[in-house]
Amino acid sequence: MVTSTNPAVSVTSRAAPPITREMGLHWLEQMMLIRRFEEAAEYAYTQKKIGGFLHLYIGEESIAVGAVAAMQPDDDIFTHYRDHGWVLARGVDPKPSMAELYGKATGLVKGKGGSMHFASVEHHMWGGYAIVGGHIPLAAGMAFSHQYLKRDRIAFCVMGEGATNIGMFHEALNMAALWKLPAVFLVENNQYGMGTAVERASAVANIYEKATAYHMPATQIDGNDIELVYNTIFEFADRARRGEGPQLVEAMTYRFRGHSMGDPQRYRSKEEVEQRRPNDPLNRWETKLLERAWTTEDEIKQLFARVDAQVAQAVQFAEDSPFPDARELYTDILVEE
Amino acid sequence: MTDLIQMTYRDALKEAMREALRRDETAVIMGEEVGVWGGTYAVTRGLYDEFGAHRVIDTPIAEMGIIGVATGAAMGGMKPIAEIMTINFALVAIDQIVNNTAKIHSMFGGTMRAPVVIRTTAGWGQLAATHSQSFEAWFAYVPGLIVVMPSTAYDAKGLLTTAMYSQNPVIFIEHTRLYGEKGELPKGEFRVPFGVADVKRQGKDLTIVTYSRMTHVALNAAKDLAQQGIEVEVVDVRSLRPLDWATIMNSVRKTHRALVLTEDWMTFGVSGEIAARIAHDAFDYLDAPVERMTQAEVPLPYAPNLEKMAFPDEAKVFAKIKEMLA
Repeated sequence: MVTSTNPAVSVTSRAAPPITREMGLHWLEQMMLIRRFEEAAEYAYTQKKIGGFLHLYIGEESIAVGAVAAMQPDDDIFTHYRDHGWVLARGVDPKPSMAELYGKATGLVKGKGGSMHFASVEHHMWGGYAIVGGHIPLAAGMAFSHQYLKRDRIAFCVMGEGATNIGMFHEALNMAALWKLPAVFLVENNQYGMGTAVERASAVANIYEKATAYHMPATQIDGNDIELVYNTIFEFADRARRGEGPQLVEAMTYRFRGHSMGDPQRYRSKEEVEQRRPNDPLNRWETKLLERAWTTEDEIKQLFARVDAQVAQAVQFAEDSPFPDARELYTDILVEE
Repeated sequence: MTDLIQMTYRDALKEAMREALRRDETAVIMGEEVGVWGGTYAVTRGLYDEFGAHRVIDTPIAEMGIIGVATGAAMGGMKPIAEIMTINFALVAIDQIVNNTAKIHSMFGGTMRAPVVIRTTAGWGQLAATHSQSFEAWFAYVPGLIVVMPSTAYDAKGLLTTAMYSQNPVIFIEHTRLYGEKGELPKGEFRVPFGVADVKRQGKDLTIVTYSRMTHVALNAAKDLAQQGIEVEVVDVRSLRPLDWATIMNSVRKTHRALVLTEDWMTFGVSGEIAARIAHDAFDYLDAPVERMTQAEVPLPYAPNLEKMAFPDEAKVFAKIKEMLA
């Protein structure tokens, strides 16, 4: 996929620290963890242990893992409802994450949010939001607080390409650009807003071009190339961090599962999905690591075994945990004061 | 007794904001025309000069953006006051208010807070259908919000000060026709708690439950009725969420009659909720059905005679109460 950059991009940004073997293996393990975690969640859903909606990130893992690697630990993240990958990439424990899917008291947010509202404030992970585009101004507001309080932090706002057609995207981008807020808007373009293909919903085929309306530096990259994600996000974040105002990155990707569970996928053919398989970010990174002799088939097997054990523990933890106490129905509505 | 001073409702609000901005560096005001212009209704006039553009922040006309940014900034540790020019425009931001501001604390299991104060104003005056509406019920409906509607300068300042200390999101609804009303209040900082109604007039024959501008209509009517020996008690609820049911019920148990007087529409409005609760909780004490008086259920027309007809006024309240006691 072609990397194109709009003319507004400055040339002052610094390059990301080089990728080491250790980093490369860590990324592989994180992508494996997200993949296996979601496969386990998918299974638990079919067993009716998880309810509601379950939006899987399978096929898009390289974006969260590569982007988080390029962030500082205290940078803030706001995401959409396809959020499991982002939380796990941020280093949040899979156990309370799985417990949240099970609606258990030990979940990330006490079983009150579920799949769409994963969050962990101590990880600066401010949550998954489920009204498309609704979180974009929130992220701009967080960036506003960093600027106002003179904190050396930036806010990341992750959204699907479908969110760029809603008014809140444009209001937030305008305000962020107007006030030069330290924010990076990261669009995960997985080609479909539910079942509506990009070209059937957006007058502008290249989503990143929408940022030019706000004179915001923007680019479009292959989101399934984890190295490119890491390098690009670092560079764009660096500019935002150094006061050059908000940035936008469009990461092209593809979701291998349906929009949520129980999606008959009438909007695309099986052949189309199969054609995308070779582009699976996990396989691509595995192959690259092998080519570079940074790992071996044996080591990959060991990594998978470790991740599988971790996911099994997470599932066990979720299974063993209690549901919230009945009293929890009426807690946390307001801060008691 | 502390020194009492005379102040308009408008200046009382401004004073509460000035005190908040002085004591809390994280406090900012953001909204359309709040800065250079000085506020569409002049509530923030002078604050831009006193505190500067970085604390009294003019925004684009973008209500979703204003509320979203203010909410996000509150999550980031600030204490923003977001001004929505009138409550009619709050509808543009209703997704942000209902799905973000109100839910940040509960949806994430109490791990986050969004203590934003959303100031807006109700009111009318030949502004026609879209600029004259009463939407307090829309916000009072939502768990996770505090909704207040002060009627006096004292309550305006005290409630806004409480809002500025609160860790919860507050929808603070002013009234354009009250901005110039003078009232007495203490010098310096004081607070009026949320969820505490104020009996603005004592009486024994009938209770009017009301808030905001209608409190004054009720008090004026009560004064006229007193000349005929009818003693009306006026309960100004001040907060719609939380609502002080105890004070309402205590009053109705004493007077045995209740009129709920509001400026919003009747069907599915605030008056229905209050009337239903009185009918249930004070059932054994009522000598007559709970009555309601509200705005005529029409999109408000421009013509002054039609507009006047649409709202309850002193004469209508007077007549209604005479009828209820007949």
